[in-house]
Amino acid sequence: MQTRIRTLLSESEWLKVNAKTLTNDADLYAVGLTSHATIELMLALEEAFDIEFPDRLLRRGTFSSIGTIAEALAEIGVQQDAA
Amino acid sequence: MSSWLTAARAVGVAVAARHAADVDRHARFPQEALAALKEQKLLGIMVPQSEGGGGASISDIVAICYALGQSCASTAMIYAMHQIQVSCVVRHGVRSAWHRAFLKRLVGEQLLLASATSEAGIGGDVRSSLCAVEEHAGRFSLAKEATVISYADDADALLVTARRTPQSTGSDQVIVVVPRDGYSLERQQPWDALGMRGTCSHGYRLAARGESAQVIAVPYADVQAYTMLPTSHLVWSALWLGIASDALAKARAFVRAEAKLKPKVTPTGSLRLTQASILMQAAKSTLAASLRQYETALTSEDKLATLAFAVAMNNLKVGTSQTAVRVVGEALQICGLAGYRNDSPFCVAQHLRDVHSATIMVNNDRILANTASLQPALREDPDFLA
Repeated sequence: MQTRIRTLLSESEWLKVNAKTLTNDADLYAVGLTSHATIELMLALEEAFDIEFPDRLLRRGTFSSIGTIAEALAEIGVQQDAA
Repeated sequence: MSSWLTAARAVGVAVAARHAADVDRHARFPQEALAALKEQKLLGIMVPQSEGGGGASISDIVAICYALGQSCASTAMIYAMHQIQVSCVVRHGVRSAWHRAFLKRLVGEQLLLASATSEAGIGGDVRSSLCAVEEHAGRFSLAKEATVISYADDADALLVTARRTPQSTGSDQVIVVVPRDGYSLERQQPWDALGMRGTCSHGYRLAARGESAQVIAVPYADVQAYTMLPTSHLVWSALWLGIASDALAKARAFVRAEAKLKPKVTPTGSLRLTQASILMQAAKSTLAASLRQYETALTSEDKLATLAFAVAMNNLKVGTSQTAVRVVGEALQICGLAGYRNDSPFCVAQHLRDVHSATIMVNNDRILANTASLQPALREDPDFLA
């Protein structure tokens, strides 16, 4: 799942660095993720994993690192090995 | 009613209102009103009791802003902006010995806090900084081209935003508390505006220095989202509605005078007054509900951090500012020439000029555009009233 999130990030222009160089707990906001890009990221995740984020997960912390995104996806029911 | 509100009201009526026209005419700091607020010890009431303050809630502050807004808009705005800064230090500086000591000092000396968030070259987006905190051996320095620092000449301390380090990206910001002896100001653009003239919102070149401990450790992104933004929109909304309420009181007095003059005829302005009071009722209800929403959310950082909460607070700001402007406009129409003339007791000219700041300061169009960009992520609320 982390790999897929990382690929999604690396194929976008949301970050100022290559997502492939980021650890799971690296702060995405510190490497350029803007609030506008966060919405695009959220929509891209919903599309890629065929899920819908509930209101309570629509907060800054959810999208702050590859790790927190993976946790949120797991909470919504995405399987850890989802490719 | 809290004893704080009673005291603030008395200051509003007896001092702030008396000098409001002069403050406006000369675009000067409302020193009489601020001195009286300090004398009544109303500047430190939000500081927790453990640090010597009164432990006042956001509701207490909102009520005071509504009261002051009816007397002198500039005084109310200065008090509101001060309390926004206090709330940030109270909520996010609590784990730091330096900030706790500062809060004690704030209560004891009734320090007035001002904000230096705006900066030349960032296009009005306070969530981005050009200037940076430069740290060396436990000390810091920073230099900022602040397009606006309201009442800076009369403040006792500033809260300044800057990038965390010179290497940080624009949005990786911190907020730093700098007491008066830690900064120098060079006035740039003077404040000569349509309204809110007493806020003395001049532009400055700011140079600050001090101990690294003065930097609030929590990212400014969190300070802004959890505290500064909701507090601002609540206290501002309250004072804008205070301005509108005072204008509507004049319209009401005008209609009553008409009714007395011609007892058998419904005054011309009655219908418009009714419509204006419907607008006010809705805006007041939204403010009260938003206040409850914030107080509930304060119990959990998760709730404060949701997009839905931020949007609700932004909607409050846009909605009440629009309503306040509209209501004052209606008051003018009701009072007619008597409202338009500067020499009439029904004059609402200053109300009108002051209240127009509401949609401009943190421009509604910017907020609307921001909320519009979030719409794809927003959901309806099926559980309303459940």
